[in-house]
Amino acid sequence: MAKKINLTIDGINVTVDEGKTILEAARDLNIHIPTLCYHEDLCVAGNCRVCVVEQEKVKSLPAACAMPVSEGMVIHTNSMKVRMARKHIVELLLSEHNADCTKCYKNGNCELQGLASQMLTGDHLFLDLVPDKQYTIDMFNSAIIKDDSRCIRCQRCVRTCEELQSVSALGVAYKGDKMKISTFFENSMLEVVCTNCGQCVNRCPTGALIERNYIDQVWDAIYDPTKHVVVQTAPAVRIALGEALGMAPGNIVTGRMVAALKRLGFDSVLDTDFTADLTIIEEGHELLTRLKKALVDKDPNVALPMATSCSPGWIKFIEHTFPELLPNLSTCKSPQQMFGALVKTYFAQKRKIDPKNIVSVSIMPCTAKKFEANRPEMRSSGYKDVDFVLTTRELGIMIKQAGLEFEALPEEKFDSIMGSSTGAAVIFGSTGGVMEAALRTAYEIVTGREVPFDGLNITPVRGTEGEVREAAIKIEKVKPEWSFLEGVELKCVVANGLAHAKTVMQNVRDGKANYHFIEIMACPGGCLGGGGQPIPTNKDIRSKRKMAIYEEDMGMPIRKSHENPEVVAIYKDFLEKPLGHKSHELLHTQYTPRKRY
Amino acid sequence: MSEQTLKRVDLIFGEYSNEKYKILADTMKRSNEDILKDLLDSGLRGRGGAGFPTAMKWKFTADTISDEKFVICNADEGEPGTFKDREILLRVPRKVFSGMAICGKVIGASKGYMYLRGEYRFMLPELMKELDIYHEHAKNLGLNFPIEIRLGSGAYICGEESALFESMEGGRGEPRNKPPYPTTSGFMKKPTVINNVETFVNVLMIMRLGPNQYKKLGTTDSRGSKVFSVSGDTPIPGIYELELGMPLDRFVDEFGDGDTKAVQVGGASGFCVPRKKFKDTVIGFEGVPTGGSMMIFNSSRSMYNVLHNYLKFFEEESCGQCTPCRVGCQQLRKGIVAVKKGEKKAVYLDQLMKLSESMKITAKCGLGQSVANSFSSIVNNFKEEMIY
Amino acid sequence: MNECQELVRELADKYGRNRTSLLPILQGVIEKNNYLSDTCMTDIAKELDLSAAQVFGTATFYSFLDTVPRGKYIIRVCQTITCDMHGKKMIIQTLEDMLKIKVGETTPDKKFTLLETNCLGWCHEGPAMLINEQPFSGLTTEKVHDIISEYINK
Repeated sequence: MAKKINLTIDGINVTVDEGKTILEAARDLNIHIPTLCYHEDLCVAGNCRVCVVEQEKVKSLPAACAMPVSEGMVIHTNSMKVRMARKHIVELLLSEHNADCTKCYKNGNCELQGLASQMLTGDHLFLDLVPDKQYTIDMFNSAIIKDDSRCIRCQRCVRTCEELQSVSALGVAYKGDKMKISTFFENSMLEVVCTNCGQCVNRCPTGALIERNYIDQVWDAIYDPTKHVVVQTAPAVRIALGEALGMAPGNIVTGRMVAALKRLGFDSVLDTDFTADLTIIEEGHELLTRLKKALVDKDPNVALPMATSCSPGWIKFIEHTFPELLPNLSTCKSPQQMFGALVKTYFAQKRKIDPKNIVSVSIMPCTAKKFEANRPEMRSSGYKDVDFVLTTRELGIMIKQAGLEFEALPEEKFDSIMGSSTGAAVIFGSTGGVMEAALRTAYEIVTGREVPFDGLNITPVRGTEGEVREAAIKIEKVKPEWSFLEGVELKCVVANGLAHAKTVMQNVRDGKANYHFIEIMACPGGCLGGGGQPIPTNKDIRSKRKMAIYEEDMGMPIRKSHENPEVVAIYKDFLEKPLGHKSHELLHTQYTPRKRY
Repeated sequence: MSEQTLKRVDLIFGEYSNEKYKILADTMKRSNEDILKDLLDSGLRGRGGAGFPTAMKWKFTADTISDEKFVICNADEGEPGTFKDREILLRVPRKVFSGMAICGKVIGASKGYMYLRGEYRFMLPELMKELDIYHEHAKNLGLNFPIEIRLGSGAYICGEESALFESMEGGRGEPRNKPPYPTTSGFMKKPTVINNVETFVNVLMIMRLGPNQYKKLGTTDSRGSKVFSVSGDTPIPGIYELELGMPLDRFVDEFGDGDTKAVQVGGASGFCVPRKKFKDTVIGFEGVPTGGSMMIFNSSRSMYNVLHNYLKFFEEESCGQCTPCRVGCQQLRKGIVAVKKGEKKAVYLDQLMKLSESMKITAKCGLGQSVANSFSSIVNNFKEEMIY
Repeated sequence: MNECQELVRELADKYGRNRTSLLPILQGVIEKNNYLSDTCMTDIAKELDLSAAQVFGTATFYSFLDTVPRGKYIIRVCQTITCDMHGKKMIIQTLEDMLKIKVGETTPDKKFTLLETNCLGWCHEGPAMLINEQPFSGLTTEKVHDIISEYINK
């Protein structure tokens, strides 16, 4: 048991574990000390100094986020000295900051703005330093915009990129008054190893890192009477959208989201879940084919383990970091891109709409999907398969713009075709979900029986944030045509967050792991913690989203991808068979080795 | 009154033994407890400027259990007006290496490093030769304590101990949060003693003289001698070893040009003392402490220019990570320019004074905390020069 | 393998491939090439298994680790107070006149770069400057003439 420390904060005696900080001790007492550089997902930096407090018998003011408690400490969080110092610090940050809030995308959801309004900083104590700074705005990237004029140099993005993602596309450069957050050589985000995962965007307290928004383009399409605007919604959007509209984390808002999209004027409101299920069929068969090639044909060229390919941040990461392992990636497109390719072919045919008049929009928990949609290879329908990608946050803004009272909306159903879903598709939104969905189907294909887990819940593969989860599923009593899999222990590994992905892939590269199937999601917790999800984010919020996802799965009448009636139908009417000719043309892709440096 | 006079001393640079590394060899035969006791009795405080008792620092580190410990000699002398470490390293490098080796023995360190500022790279060949001689003697003494020299590359902040560790670890010289302190988590997160060049020489001289004789130098609060770097408006600029605890007026009598209006004690991060306060100012830990920098200004100098030069220095040399220091330095410099130009009213100086006070209590490290020293002492004492 | 790659490999062999060897390697490249090109920094990143942005971040922190091309002789004139008081401006003027460049610039023949720098530690003998690692103090117009003439003929 940890040693206990007694201290006094604002006159209240408190006992906490040794090693806790003043900030944590104060939060236990519901005393809110303001912070900016502090983020609970990240290591402590202690550089913004907004959280300073007064400690009796100590001349300087310690930063509450960085100072561990000590026995007998007497702390004042709201003394005259503290108030003056904090106000000075916020004023200093504002003097270096392009505080033209009404022109800022983060207006209303900015931590600096929040502090400025709390501290009544209207009088601008100090000189405006912005005119002398040569700030740049990097607008070259299709996913993320970096605006140095809004940056307060808290380094949350730098820590995110390094600690959570092991990418370090962003770093700190120069020093003194020239110090800035920079990519290598101040290149555009487009030209560096950035994966567009958007985790930095999720943690940026101001508008320095934001998604490139396509809201106006989507409105234009909606207002254009010649266009049929199709929208697809990813699994993780429906459990987080409520947060962007004032609801508590963990609310499932699927029906209200559909209602809202219809009221916004989308012509067809469809579900990415449909292609998530399709992904399972294609990817499951791909895995089984690779296993057969390896085990039966003894083909030395078959790339195993096979890794999932749904997460575009992960795809760009592996292209940069492990280009030699690209053959190990499933060739399946992500559900978004499968959907895009089918909307302008299958859907267009069925609904008798000229594909050139279809505008395909997707709502994603993700910023990397914006980059993915713009990949040159993502035009297999003959058109740009997905025209515009909006984040959960952008959809939230559109709903507010339209004046919809979100919570009061009725629950409505997705349109058909390409609107049906299963529980297996829903759990794509959580780490371990693709693995679980794939196993529910593959096991049944091979054995003819349901996976031997209570209520189809394959809990051993349900990943957890911050860890790499390994599991083995024994395959027994297989159907005759799968006899080569009899008794095989299918070794699976699930990782979320690119730092963990890196560990897994290093082991694969170095021959230290003998997995068959790898699931990687670029973001902490999977898509539910995606870079396009509502801000703020933290472990507690993400765990509530995760509970909502599995709750939604449990509530679905169909929970296995291969039982999705529309999936069955599309193979019958259009695709013919998994991994068939049409599938290859529309649903599979190839990857581009990229420079690591 | 021996404490009131200016006494030259020849402790640091003087030759005390004809035999190379004799004092080191003698000290190696003593117990660690004995050595620490002598250090404690001597009252030695660090010579880099902050003045932490050396014996305590060593004892804390010795008491920390770890598979690896380090001794680091901070030779990143960057404080404007300071150049004494260069002279010490040029003239008596063996004393420095000996002091480091004694520290290595006392705390149980496996390795020593010297972090030499990049501006002193020209000294490297000579120091490397000396280091070879040290290693030879160490071998003869059966002493396994190698010393390596690491170079800086032009960054004042790396003189701050935790920034120095970051730099040695291949990073940006950004100071760390404290605690943990170097005694438990320093270079490579291992317990580390980091001392100034001059401190290590003092250690050696205490070993040579014994604490009682050493203690005869200086005052109760400031034992021993100090190497001063004297520059500015003086007919005799240079390096002087003087007893600590001297009154500033005696110093000015000896070093000034007869027209001294202010002395900046302790460099850009120190205090500016105007003529009227010379008499009441004592140089030492009981008065105005200094790492050795004494810059003398005569009445022809604009104290506005002096302050502007310092602030420019801090604006550029701040590591930039913490708000008060990064932005505060810019605001202070631009603020005095605005007042001087008449773009801001004179009362804006009061606002800046409050800001400097905030910087003093909120900045992450000593750099940002000490900008207020020169700012407030110059603005308070030379307000007219700031405005007109 | 380009020239820089080879140099970086040699330096890494000498200093090791840990992050702690980053500064010595950057300094080694500077000693040879006078500046750190982007390709050179990526070579270092590769060799030490760091991200390129991390190498760039460390390099740009230090004023002696230039990331823009510099001349063969980099002249750094001390701009800190006592050198400033004792005629730094005139020294700069003299250098600008002789080299026909302004502070921050490099001569067209890539021989000299003229920069200002913070305290060099020659306050008692100011004004002072470094030419590469070599310090010169007690500078006067005449002294600068002599020194630069010698370097021009080198």
